[in-house]
Amino acid sequence: MKLSEIVQRLNLEVKTGAGRLDENITRGYASDLLSDVIAHGREKDLWITLQTHQNIVAVALMKSLAGIVLVNGRQPEEDTLRKGEAETVPILVSTMPAFEVVGRLFELGISGR
Amino acid sequence: MGKHTLQVITADLHIHTCLSPCATLDMTPMKIVREARAKHLAMIAITDHNSAENAGAVIKAARDTGVVVIPGIEVTTYEETHLLGLFEGIDGALSMQALVYGRLQPGENDEDLFGLQVISNEMDEVEGISKRLLIGATDLRLHEAVGEIHLRGGLAVAAHIDRERFSVVSQLGFIPHNLALDAVEISRATERGLDPAHVEGGAGLPVITASDAHSVEEIGAHPVRFRLGRPDLGELRLALAGAEGRGILYGTLSV
Repeated sequence: MKLSEIVQRLNLEVKTGAGRLDENITRGYASDLLSDVIAHGREKDLWITLQTHQNIVAVALMKSLAGIVLVNGRQPEEDTLRKGEAETVPILVSTMPAFEVVGRLFELGISGR
Repeated sequence: MGKHTLQVITADLHIHTCLSPCATLDMTPMKIVREARAKHLAMIAITDHNSAENAGAVIKAARDTGVVVIPGIEVTTYEETHLLGLFEGIDGALSMQALVYGRLQPGENDEDLFGLQVISNEMDEVEGISKRLLIGATDLRLHEAVGEIHLRGGLAVAAHIDRERFSVVSQLGFIPHNLALDAVEISRATERGLDPAHVEGGAGLPVITASDAHSVEEIGAHPVRFRLGRPDLGELRLALAGAEGRGILYGTLSV
């Protein structure tokens, strides 16, 4: 499913990376430890997290992730916005908690495995 | 100065060098020492992420300057908390480094994303580039890391506990009971407006302030003052414990 469609279905707020919403999402990864995402994140994963600091952009680039969904309505920090925009990394905000976001994505056919 | 003559000194116990990927490349030994002198810091600690490879060079660069350099390391624990280890001499720091290197998550540093990790000598000359993922985490649990620091005669200080991330409080929700920390550190940026008097489980823990300097101008940004004898680790230990007339001229956490 295209990221743009996920944005619509989950009512996500697009903060950065609007130029990459055309990408096809098939897998997701949920974690709030950056070291864990570095170790286990896979290319093109959609990353679900509550971390809002600029290092999330570096990690997303390092692991070639498809984008980042921030939960609980958490807004990316100033530096994060700047980096995300400069590197065209999609950062999307959901008002829902992580469990709900992941559940909804799973229902849409996004796999965790 | 006699052993029992106490003095008040200003210290900054959390300073990064060009080895830490997020630090500026001009955080070289000579420049750090020069800045410390300019800011009247009698004692500084070098605490790079998961490494102590530049600590020895800063100690050498500080020879005959009157600035005492404590070799240290900022360990990223399994829980992604930052823990400072401050050691008496370079051997202790390098021993901790050896343990950390063995327990650091695998991977190579991405220099474009995270920055260069420069190993420098005391003349500010580049000796090498570290390829390790110093920005990563070890699999040392917090309790374990504290124990390993103590085993090597060092002091264990929970870094920037007031911060939103990589602090014991942000990661664990509170400072665990019986963690045997020697002190907790409050950073320059009290983002959460944390009141030291209202931290869960922090009762009675000595509080120090430090810069967590990643650039030259940040050195000494939030110094702490100690009353102690000679500025060395043994005296620092007494000052943190408030023993024998030594102490921190700041405050302690109390609930």
